[in-house]
Amino acid sequence: MNIVRILFSYIIFPGFIFSAVVGLFLTWIDRKVTARIHWRVGPPWFQPYADFLKLLLKETIIPEGSSKTLFFLGPLLGLVGMSILAVMLFSMNFYPAGSFVGDIIVIIYLLALPPIGIIIGGSASKNPLASVGASREMTQYFAYELPFLIVLATIILKAGGSIKFGDIVLAQQVQGPFLYSISGVIAAVVILLCVQAKLSFVPFDIPEAEQEIMAGPYIEYSGVALAIYKVTRAMMLFLLPLFLISILWGGFADWWAIPKFLLIIVLIVLMKNTNPRLRIDQALKFFWVGLGILSIIGLVLAFYGL
Amino acid sequence: MANPRLWGLKKSPWVFHVAAASCNNCDIEILDLLTPRWDIERFGIVLVGSPRHADALLVTGVLNRKNLPRVLRVYEQTPKPCLVIGIGTCTCHTHMFESSYNVVGPYDKYLPIDVYIPGCPPKPESMIMGVVKALKRL
Repeated sequence: MNIVRILFSYIIFPGFIFSAVVGLFLTWIDRKVTARIHWRVGPPWFQPYADFLKLLLKETIIPEGSSKTLFFLGPLLGLVGMSILAVMLFSMNFYPAGSFVGDIIVIIYLLALPPIGIIIGGSASKNPLASVGASREMTQYFAYELPFLIVLATIILKAGGSIKFGDIVLAQQVQGPFLYSISGVIAAVVILLCVQAKLSFVPFDIPEAEQEIMAGPYIEYSGVALAIYKVTRAMMLFLLPLFLISILWGGFADWWAIPKFLLIIVLIVLMKNTNPRLRIDQALKFFWVGLGILSIIGLVLAFYGL
Repeated sequence: MANPRLWGLKKSPWVFHVAAASCNNCDIEILDLLTPRWDIERFGIVLVGSPRHADALLVTGVLNRKNLPRVLRVYEQTPKPCLVIGIGTCTCHTHMFESSYNVVGPYDKYLPIDVYIPGCPPKPESMIMGVVKALKRL
């Protein structure tokens, strides 16, 4: 009975199917809002599902001379990571007592799986543009991970030095969300930009820059493998704002989480549509110098209890 | 919805633009389709950068000895099922380049073209109509 419940939670409810369906719906919101900003009509609501279904039923081509195992491992890694992340986020928010020591570190590693999958897949597909995209993805991953980790250190400090995710959520229920303080606002700004880079949305869509390197690491993917990449991206669009709410804005176990979530999504989409793309060296400088210093200031302020 | 494969293909045809040595007029008219005035994304049509992602190839221009192998290569790289849409009078026959020394002949000798859209260049409205006709025929 227990194993059935575990499988249900990983595959159906907070896990794969639920977060994929919600995430694909959010990609429709993204496309529709983008279209309205361009003064266009935009696609109908079922568009992401039609895309996904079409890709699932199309032919999958494996490029000649590429490693078949690695070519399919790339998409799967990110999907598995995001499914586990969905289960962890939901269980830590609704049953914070079930948290284990160090699960925030597990979450950091799970968030690293999609970029690693993209790097593996891009390098395995034996295409020069895909390898350029994979190397850019790697650089960008190292760029945004530094401020991201400093912000997580700030949050751990504010939660009284506990590295349990449940304790972070509980501490916010007791003393109010971490966002409502100076260091909390700094942390929110930094982590919102890191989330934008993790989603590889426009100011930081350097790895897959459509106008320069076509689709970057995805260029050789077709059919099912491309569908898995798309659905992983959609799940990240659902889970990363939830992660942001649960570490900074008091968790999502109440109805107030829905307006908070929509506000974050709208912010992300507006940022996506009002910015030009950075070069990879500009992005590296922005994350390491600009946001790095800002996040260290936030860490020092949090140390003094501000 | 009876045939999910066909439904998916009809509702989200992603197109790849194969500019086979055209004079650039048809290419610019294709780009017009993406602008807010015509907005083909409301039919789910997206211009993609890689033939691996494409469901339909938009070919423009006259085939010659140099680009014939490349066009065929792009067609082979596209995952099937895929549509081929010929845009412009050049794809219907060899147009005014008929007696040129390096023109190898019309497209339908080499590729299965699903719909021809004549015009030099065709208007964006007629391209949308052509794509709709091609999808209805499926």
